[in-house]
Amino acid sequence: MKGVRHYPGFLSITLLCLVVLYGPLLVVTAYSFNGSTSITQWGGFSLRWYIDVFTGPEAPRFRSAAWNSLTIAIMAAISATMIATAAALAMMRAGRFRGKSLTFALINLPLMVPEIVTAVATLIFFSMIGLTTGYLTILLAHITFCIPFAYLPIAARLQGIDDSYEQAARDLYASRTQSFFLILLPLMAPGVISGFLLAFIISLDDFIITNFVKGAGMETLPTAIFGSVKLGIKPNIMAISTLMLGVSVLFVTLSYLINRKGRQSP
Amino acid sequence: MDQAIDIEGAVKRYGTVTALHGVSLSIADNEFFTLLGPSGCGKTTLLRMIAGFEDITAGEIRLFGQNIARLEPNQRPVNTVFQQYALFPHMTVIENVGFGLKMKGFDATQRKARAGQMLEMVHLSDYADRRPSQLSGGQQQRVALARALAPEPKVLLLDEPLSALDLKLRQAMRVELKQLQEDTGITFIFVTHDQEEALTMSDRIAVMSSGRVQQIGTARDIYETPVNRFVADFIGETNLLEVTVSKADGDTAEVILPGGHHLICPAAGARLGQQHLSIRPERLRLAHGAGQLSATVQRVVYLGTDLHVMLVLEGGTQLVARLQNSRQLSAPEAGAHVFLDLDDGAARLLAD
Amino acid sequence: MAFPLLLPTWAMIGIFLLLPVILMAIYSFLTKEFRGGVVWEFSLAAYDQFFVNRGLFGDEPATLEWTYIGIFWRSIWQAIVATTICLLIGFPTAWFIATRAPTTRGVWLFLITIPYWVNLLIRTVSLKFLIRDNGPLNEFLMGLGVIDSPLPLVNTNLAVQLGLFYSYLPFMVLPIYAAVERYDFAYSEAAADLYASRWVIMREIIMPIVKPGIIAGCILVFVPSLGAFLAPDLLGGAKTFMIGSLIEEQFRGSLGNWPFGAAVSMILMSLVLMALLFYARSMAREGTR
Repeated sequence: MKGVRHYPGFLSITLLCLVVLYGPLLVVTAYSFNGSTSITQWGGFSLRWYIDVFTGPEAPRFRSAAWNSLTIAIMAAISATMIATAAALAMMRAGRFRGKSLTFALINLPLMVPEIVTAVATLIFFSMIGLTTGYLTILLAHITFCIPFAYLPIAARLQGIDDSYEQAARDLYASRTQSFFLILLPLMAPGVISGFLLAFIISLDDFIITNFVKGAGMETLPTAIFGSVKLGIKPNIMAISTLMLGVSVLFVTLSYLINRKGRQSP
Repeated sequence: MDQAIDIEGAVKRYGTVTALHGVSLSIADNEFFTLLGPSGCGKTTLLRMIAGFEDITAGEIRLFGQNIARLEPNQRPVNTVFQQYALFPHMTVIENVGFGLKMKGFDATQRKARAGQMLEMVHLSDYADRRPSQLSGGQQQRVALARALAPEPKVLLLDEPLSALDLKLRQAMRVELKQLQEDTGITFIFVTHDQEEALTMSDRIAVMSSGRVQQIGTARDIYETPVNRFVADFIGETNLLEVTVSKADGDTAEVILPGGHHLICPAAGARLGQQHLSIRPERLRLAHGAGQLSATVQRVVYLGTDLHVMLVLEGGTQLVARLQNSRQLSAPEAGAHVFLDLDDGAARLLAD
Repeated sequence: MAFPLLLPTWAMIGIFLLLPVILMAIYSFLTKEFRGGVVWEFSLAAYDQFFVNRGLFGDEPATLEWTYIGIFWRSIWQAIVATTICLLIGFPTAWFIATRAPTTRGVWLFLITIPYWVNLLIRTVSLKFLIRDNGPLNEFLMGLGVIDSPLPLVNTNLAVQLGLFYSYLPFMVLPIYAAVERYDFAYSEAAADLYASRWVIMREIIMPIVKPGIIAGCILVFVPSLGAFLAPDLLGGAKTFMIGSLIEEQFRGSLGNWPFGAAVSMILMSLVLMALLFYARSMAREGTR
């Protein structure tokens, strides 16, 4: 008898789960270091595909796509985080007000509408108002669907902060603004940072909505990769994938560590 | 001389729910004043109204003559010790204590000196650079006190500050708090649901229930001469008996207990007919030979310093007597028939 | 205080999502233009095309059109299978993690969530690379002698289901984990004390109590699976054509049919809303219990 928590076989399934989740990623990472031009044969360890990504024939295309992805993700994440922080403050601190549950539904709308439907609707909207510049349309769409992702960790954090901290600050002669910047903002910082990182990754990750609204000639990394993959998986794609994998893992680890540190303090 | 706090007809409504029904009270300068009552009686609402965390629906709050009811919390020269202390977790102890001074525009050297002095007062000088999370509950409580006292408020508000501490620490802090109040000469308004806390520390107590003040007075006043059933029942233990007042003239009244016993008690609050009578258990004595009441012992509970004797009067009325446990006392046995005496003025008629 | 703080949220989501969805609903009732786009003339042609079959030249008696309903049915089926696989694998995993010591729990959870943060496109491409006909998985199995010729995995339903499972597994694990973490093991002990076996406890006590977490997980996997585009597009073939690809096709280049694409999107959204309503209702029922 190993206690009521133990169920035989659950460990094996968990391990199977990890194998399934990590297997493809590890295989692609391994093959990205393949020296051979064929994706089937192992030609020894080499960085040639990484060099190819930066200097090869497709390098300019990937470079501009990466630049677009990165700048859009940063701007979308910053905007979404600011908008979501303001929204979280209103939802968590302003008590009851008319239209609160409607606002809650609106914030979560991007999570409820299927991505492909959002993509269609946004495309129709932009084409109708004649906005087809690509960069701007992608950015606006990304800010919009990043809002709930930024909102969730910020609101969760804010909910965990007792309002007696702000009251104590006000009691000790701090103005509303001072009590926000000196007390509340530092306390909710881990949530704000998580929200930002989440929004950043979500924006970087998006393919389907971007693909719909980008217009001709405009590429982000996912759309560029998708375009290449349609013609077959080449080794340089594996190198790019591995690089993006690295960036994602780095960001998630950062977010995890910040959150853990944040949970320890108050 | 103005009172430290003057509250007139304070009303608080949340939608259709009324939390305070026109509370009026005055608190003198340099007084240790306690708001006592069960949870939901409105005591915390009243305190938070004085601090400025709750809007006042109607009424006035004056601080040394100045109406503060519509000022922002940071514009009121009162400070609060919060129930869970609300020490800022991202600041050190000394930064916490100096926060109010910083907001009032003191420079760094003045802050450091004053905050250091406050920490010395609460015996925490060695902990200045720690984070609140590194302190014990009792230490956090002292920091909260130091933080609230540092800007020299005209009135200090304490919202059940001892409730998060364990019993031993709580008892020690009662004495310390009272001492601190006498040393600083600041008016303390203390909110608690713990009557023992209220009785030991306060100059005066306001007993509150369902959004109204039931009685204001010294500890002795409210314990010895409760004005109504709620106060008598809430403060200490009591035997509440339904009696008939048969005669009320001059200083004394005669009442008839359900079993037919007659008792003489002070006439205060007496009116002819059905009324409630309160008798404190410790005011009942076993009589030698004949006494004012006769009863049968049901059960005796040993409590160390005291014995709890549960009795039934003739006619079925139940009564509890609390006898001091002394070597001389021979405890009555269950089933024994005994006579009881009560001290003069021990039986009190209640207004409702 | 609330109004100015919420204004940016209302503006962004209102203008760039709510308004577009309403526009899309209107578009589904317009007439198509042949080079993409619409003519502003009311028409039921899009819904007619979806539901009604009038033969190749439109002159036969109207019967129910099965092509698109078939695609929807296949998508729903694929999503159901993917959700079931996620549940069968995800529940034991969530349980296992939630019963670890609090210190190691975070690490396990972290391991499960990392892949979710890796670009979905990259994950899908990686999976395709692994399972393709002469890919590492087939080579490995042939090397072991388990199979003689490569398993044709790509372009099958199985590949699409595997892809959906791979895409959305963490959505199943996280809510179940949250529910199990709140579960009081004293219930299990009480049941064990009253002679229930391990699996009887699982069925009679644990499952009913953590059901809200399971339903949440199933919705979170089912909804995105239904409208998925990448997994079916990259891993499937013509035989595994799903809703996502059907919609995408209507907006690709000048060959598309915008009103029809909008109509299919509307139908998909109604299905999703129905799933969410079902979820909200079952949660409300749990709440009143």
